[in-house]
Amino acid sequence: MYQFNYHRPATLEEATRLFSEADDGFYLSGGQTLIPTLKQRLASPSDLIDLSGIEGMKGIEAGNGVVSIGAFTRHAEVAASGVIRETLPVLSALAGLIGDAQVRNMGTLGGSVANSDPAADYPAAVIGLGATVHTSSRTIAADDYFQDLFETALEPGEILTRIDFPVPDRAAYRKFPNPASRYAVAGVLVADFGGSIRVGVTGAGPCAFRATAMEEALSADLTPAVARAAEVPAGNFNSDLHASAEYRANLVRVMAERAVSDLLAE
Amino acid sequence: MQISLTVNGASHALDVPANTLLVDIIREHLGLTGTHVGCDTSQCGACTVHMNGSAVKSCSILAGQADGAEITTIEGIGTPDDLHPMQAAFRECHALQCGFCTPGMIMRAIDLVEKSPDLSNQAVREGLEGNLCRCTGYHNIVKAVLLAADATRA
Repeated sequence: MYQFNYHRPATLEEATRLFSEADDGFYLSGGQTLIPTLKQRLASPSDLIDLSGIEGMKGIEAGNGVVSIGAFTRHAEVAASGVIRETLPVLSALAGLIGDAQVRNMGTLGGSVANSDPAADYPAAVIGLGATVHTSSRTIAADDYFQDLFETALEPGEILTRIDFPVPDRAAYRKFPNPASRYAVAGVLVADFGGSIRVGVTGAGPCAFRATAMEEALSADLTPAVARAAEVPAGNFNSDLHASAEYRANLVRVMAERAVSDLLAE
Repeated sequence: MQISLTVNGASHALDVPANTLLVDIIREHLGLTGTHVGCDTSQCGACTVHMNGSAVKSCSILAGQADGAEITTIEGIGTPDDLHPMQAAFRECHALQCGFCTPGMIMRAIDLVEKSPDLSNQAVREGLEGNLCRCTGYHNIVKAVLLAADATRA
């Protein structure tokens, strides 16, 4: 690992100031992606700005049909939260599937969504539930947030502070995990908002996205068979040693089929 | 950078480079070599310790993140004459072969049993997903964790 300056600011203002003063600053959240990246010398920031000391970025609140989660909330906290289990169980279940237990004890919601790994789990929920991303300077709608491979609407220095998840009538998440890494080869979250269906997909493309043709089909007829038969264009899908683009497209249909079964069984 | 942390009940103030990993503090600075480095890529779990009461991979935590933390390592849970129930269960069930993964397995298993008192065989297997054993497979490890969970509940 290369050398860097380490900071732990107490406020957002101090964090963004440290970032603007640094030659090449990186924000550090739980570090479960960033630290292995630093160890492999794939990144060499001049300054690491640890967000763990910023009080306003923690905590879980529910009310008015929304579950609001601070960006520095760890996956294990989301998985174990009584409030989330009661109001938005799909999210606690999803959080409990991320990586392994030790990773979930460190990794954070904000870190995952800011990094936007194409195979991360949380982006499926941000997209599938139509969440609102709050940052140090503005709010961003889920549909505008994910842009490309590891690329989001966040500007340099902007800090993801909190995410508001609308509570659907019912929802379910299914993923086909890579058996070694537990990252999603494909993961699908299906949510029912009063008969209007949203489908968030992760793992398949360069970033999380809505399966719009499937949404339309399921909004008309919410059955597993419709999910299985839906059109999922594999055009820009990832192809690697784990799965071809066409195989991922099929996995999206199969995971959606299972998610719809789960959702209907609620 | 200056950091202070508590390891197995003893306070330490250290001056370390900012890119020092928690596992290096434990092994190199404090000489507690029971915590192992297996893969060094965050996958094998041999470096698992407790930080503020939760199992974490100490090879993926920076010195600054551990500043002010309470750390427990394998050396802090029992003694040769008074084994922790999890250590006793691992011995009873022969849940190890070479022993390299064992400290991490035991630290993770203690955390698992503390947080999930009612464990099934499958839940133990899922709970240990972050710990790899390359010798002997997981059957006896799972047996040991279930035995220790029973002993803890009794």
